[in-house]
Amino acid sequence: MENVQSAARRKRKTGVADLVIHAILLLLSFCTLFPFYNVLLMSFSNTVEISKQMVYVIPTTFDLTAYRYIFAEQRFLNAFYVSLFVTVVGTAVNMFVTITGAYVLSKNNVPGRKYVMSAILFTMFFNGGLIPFYLMMKDFHLIDNLLVMVLPVAVNTFYLILGISFFRTLPAALEESAKIDGANDIQVLYKVILPISKPILATVALFYAVDRWNEWWYGTLFMTDIKFYPLQALLREVITNYDQLLRNINFSIVLSNSAGMHPEMLKMAVLVVSAVPILCLYPFLQKYFSKGVMIGSIKG
Amino acid sequence: MRESVVIFRGKGIKRVHVRMGRTERIIETSTMITLSERRSGMKAASSGSLPKQIVKNKYMYLLLLPTVLYYLFFQYFPMYGVILAFKQFRIREGILNSPWIGWANFEQLVKQNDFWQAFENTVIISLGRIVIEFPVAIALALLINEVAKKRLKRFYQTVYTFPHFISWVIISGIMLNFLGESGVLNQLLAFLGFEKTNFLTDPSLFRPMIFLSNMWKEVGWSAIIYLAAIAGINPELYEAAYVDGANRWQQLKAITWPSIRGTAAILLILAVGNAMNGGFEQIFNLYNPGVYATGDIIDTYVYRTAFKDGASFGVTTAVGLFKAIINFALLYSANYMVKRMGGEGLV
Repeated sequence: MENVQSAARRKRKTGVADLVIHAILLLLSFCTLFPFYNVLLMSFSNTVEISKQMVYVIPTTFDLTAYRYIFAEQRFLNAFYVSLFVTVVGTAVNMFVTITGAYVLSKNNVPGRKYVMSAILFTMFFNGGLIPFYLMMKDFHLIDNLLVMVLPVAVNTFYLILGISFFRTLPAALEESAKIDGANDIQVLYKVILPISKPILATVALFYAVDRWNEWWYGTLFMTDIKFYPLQALLREVITNYDQLLRNINFSIVLSNSAGMHPEMLKMAVLVVSAVPILCLYPFLQKYFSKGVMIGSIKG
Repeated sequence: MRESVVIFRGKGIKRVHVRMGRTERIIETSTMITLSERRSGMKAASSGSLPKQIVKNKYMYLLLLPTVLYYLFFQYFPMYGVILAFKQFRIREGILNSPWIGWANFEQLVKQNDFWQAFENTVIISLGRIVIEFPVAIALALLINEVAKKRLKRFYQTVYTFPHFISWVIISGIMLNFLGESGVLNQLLAFLGFEKTNFLTDPSLFRPMIFLSNMWKEVGWSAIIYLAAIAGINPELYEAAYVDGANRWQQLKAITWPSIRGTAAILLILAVGNAMNGGFEQIFNLYNPGVYATGDIIDTYVYRTAFKDGASFGVTTAVGLFKAIINFALLYSANYMVKRMGGEGLV
């Protein structure tokens, strides 16, 4: 089918319109990528270079000062471990709750399913707002508790719906035969359904992992001590509050073995360290959503 | 792999967009249920009364338990907390025991100029997003669709979608680097002999910056949704149009556009239903006291007054409730309008 369409298109000559389209799209690609490129090059520069120029087209230096500093400074290391914890534990919790829930909600013959589903969908359009949420989390003793970045985001309703729609496409015969062999519902899910659902599991896990790694808001909101901040919340502090944050850090370690550090270098290096994990996951993510799988997560 | 999903409709899924391979259809859930019930009809009938069915499904309920607990504790309990909007919050007595004070919180709220400023900004920014950002995503999807080579198409999609997965914290850092006082753009302007501007602290430039940066980050992702709808078009339609001598523009108008109109309508309803939100993560990471006049939205106002200025939690809860109700009303009206105009609604 696809070939018919492209055949029809191939018959057309490359006209002016095509050139214009490509020119626009290439320009947009450049606009999308250049800011990232510039940040990357700046993070590898040094103070002398930065005071000379901010715009990089060609790399002129390869200086690791800023990175050396980040990986020696306890606050950054702490934040890195917090983010790692939130990503690993958070994604595991996400997957457990989402997959079990989606499986049951995909079944029509479970009494009460419809009411649960309505109640879940209602939360997408109405919520109590920030203050009641904050007070509840306080009552649950989640202030200064890393679990506040795991439990209140245990399910993303868009991904839940994605799971439900996937499970609906599986043939009922699979389960029926397993049940005849005496398996209960949990065993069916674990032994029959999950092994054939790997693509959807991978997709949902990747999306959750990205969300957890990007966590900053609950870190900013619920943590009173900076040592509980995830990387991106700390990054926010570095960007908005640079002087205050670094006033009492011992700079002598850094200063003694380098020519000094420009604040911009450090900011750019933290940016890069925060974005690299996403960059590593991106090829896998891209593989799935480019197939149009993720229509459901419109604003997810 | 089978690809499906979803744009759901409100109260219990009533109608679902399902994509399987290349075809897209809209299924009434009620029909889906009747179909599958008919399929398993005999069994359902033989499995007996409700209590029996519940016992039969006991493991199902066990599996559903974590999900139900999550929505109960982290969605519905906080929702119950909105009663605080009608109470005077006393920290020692908690939400439940604080005294009721009727509409006093709302009365205090409407007297605050900052609140109305935030309200106005939220409306303008949301409207701007719908008027400016919304059509751009469609235009980009149509442009990408005109690229004949599959691999190039994939390349463009990959590039444009990438910023979607980067958080606003990182994006704001990149933007400061790019648009700040000594940023890339200013260096370029200085080099060309223009005056330097600080793009992010000038109140008259803040909204355009918000629109531009959000498009830069999200437009590729929005375009993907439309591209998925376009991929579901039967290619024979194009072939036939081509044979009939329709040029590209005519094909776009007669085939491509009608096929994504439904998707656009649903995204529009969702955008209108979010009008009171205005994009907290973006604005919170980009704004500063210099641009409150044009950039402060309801969500940033609530956070700032409650946690930084120590405003009463009762009043700020009232703001949240006010916002949630307007959002809900907007969602329903937008849905109603789209249906009146003969489109597929959401609810």
